[in-house]
Amino acid sequence: MYFLITLLGSMEIGEKMSEMRYEAPKTLDAAVALLAGANGRARILAGGTDVVIQMRSGRIEPELLVDLKGIPEMMAIAAENGGFRFGAAVSGLDLIEHKALANAWPGVIDSVNLIGSLQVRARASVGGNLCNASPAADSVPALIAAGARVSIVGPKGKRDAPVEEIPTGPGKTSLAKGEIVVSFLLPKRPAHSGDAYLRFTPRTEMDIAVVGAGVNLTLDGGGICREARVCLGAVADRALLVPEAAAALIGSKVDAPALDRMAAAASAACRPIDDKRGTREFRIKVAGVMARRAAELALTRARGN
Amino acid sequence: MAKNRVSATVNGDAVEFLCETQQTLLDVLRDELRLTGTKEGCGTGDCGACSVTVDGRLMCSCLMLGVEAQGKSIKTIEGMANGEALHPLQRKFLEHAALQCGVCTPGMLIAARSLLERNPDPTEQEVRYGLAGNLCRCTGYHKIVEAVLDAAREMRGA
Repeated sequence: MYFLITLLGSMEIGEKMSEMRYEAPKTLDAAVALLAGANGRARILAGGTDVVIQMRSGRIEPELLVDLKGIPEMMAIAAENGGFRFGAAVSGLDLIEHKALANAWPGVIDSVNLIGSLQVRARASVGGNLCNASPAADSVPALIAAGARVSIVGPKGKRDAPVEEIPTGPGKTSLAKGEIVVSFLLPKRPAHSGDAYLRFTPRTEMDIAVVGAGVNLTLDGGGICREARVCLGAVADRALLVPEAAAALIGSKVDAPALDRMAAAASAACRPIDDKRGTREFRIKVAGVMARRAAELALTRARGN
Repeated sequence: MAKNRVSATVNGDAVEFLCETQQTLLDVLRDELRLTGTKEGCGTGDCGACSVTVDGRLMCSCLMLGVEAQGKSIKTIEGMANGEALHPLQRKFLEHAALQCGVCTPGMLIAARSLLERNPDPTEQEVRYGLAGNLCRCTGYHKIVEAVLDAAREMRGA
C-alpha cells in the first residue's frame, strides 16, 4: 500500500511536468537580468528545502529556476568592519562551522542550528529562511535581535535594509519583483555583548517553533545594560521586534525586576494565531518565559566576554 | 525542451545523465541510474529515508534537484559495502536486529556513517541527535542506537 501511494504520487508529478528552465548564473548581474527577463513565473533556488517541496506539491509552478549558489557573493563569509558579512545562500552548516562568526554571535548560530535536521541544515540557507517568510522561521528573530542588515540587488540597483523590514506576512516579503537578498551583515560587537535565541517546541529536534525569542544585549563595565534588542517569532504574522521589552532591560543590571518587566512587555506585544501547535493564550504566556530565558543566557554570554 | 545534461560521480564512478529540472536527485538515483537502495519516505525532507552524502555532506536527496548534482560526488548505500564485505555498521545492524521493515535502513546507515566520520566516539545522546533527521516507525530506535555505538567501538578498535 505504501509503495502504491508513492507510485501514484510520482505519476501525478510526471503528468504535470511542464517545461521548467534551470539556470545557474555566475554573477549577480546575470541573475538580475535572468529574473528581470522572465515574463512568467521565476523562482530563486538556494538550498531548495522550501522551494523543491513547494514545486513538488504543486503549490508553485515556476517556468524558470535561478540557482544562485554559483555566485561568489551569495556563498562567501568574511569579516567586514569588525563584523561579519555572509552570503544569503550559504548553508546553515557552513555558517555553524565558521568558528569566528559562531564565537561572536552564538545566539544567531543557535537559531540556525535549530532549523530542520542535519540533512536540512546542509542545504538550507539563512536567506531562504528569511525570504520564505514563515512567521516561525528560527533564524529571523535572532538576526533581527542582532541588528543584522541585508544587502539587496535588483533591476533598480543595490539597496540595503534591516532584516525586520523584509518579512511582511506569512509567505510575503517587501522585496520588489526581481530583487535578490545577496548577503547579511552582522555588526561589530562592543565588549560585554551577548546574544541568545531559544524556542519552545514539543520535540527537541525536527520541529517548528511554537514561540521563538531572540535577545541581544550589551553591558557597560559596571554591568549595566546599555543596549538591547528583543525579537519574538511565531507570535504574529511576522517576527516582532519589541522595543518595549528592550527598554525594560536598558539601564538595568538585567536583574529579576527588569526581567519581569521585559517578560511582561514581550507577552503584551504578541498577537498570535490559535492552532494545533499552540493556543493563543499559551503562546502569549510562553513568549514572556522564552524571552526571559533568552535574556538570562545572553547576559551570561555578555559577562563572559 | 532539452533536458539538462549532468555529469557527476556516484560511489566513485563517473556518471552522466539527462534530467528534467523538476526531477530530484532521489528521482535521478532511482529512476535514471537505477540505484534503488535509496528510499523515498516522505518526499519533504522530514524522514531522512533518502539520505545520501554530496561532497561529504549528509543531505536528503529528495530536497536537491538532479541538475544541482553537476560536478558533485554522491555516495549512496550501494557504495557502502566493499564488494561482499559489509561495512561494520551494516554488520552491526544485522547483529543487533536494528531493522524491521527496512525502509529507513539505507538512510540510517548513511547518516550513521556520516556521524562516525565526524565523531568516532559518540555518546548515546550524540548518536540520537546525529540520527534525529532519520525516522524509523518500527524499531523504537533503541537497537539502532546500540548498533551504531557497537560499530563505533569496533571501528575505533576498542
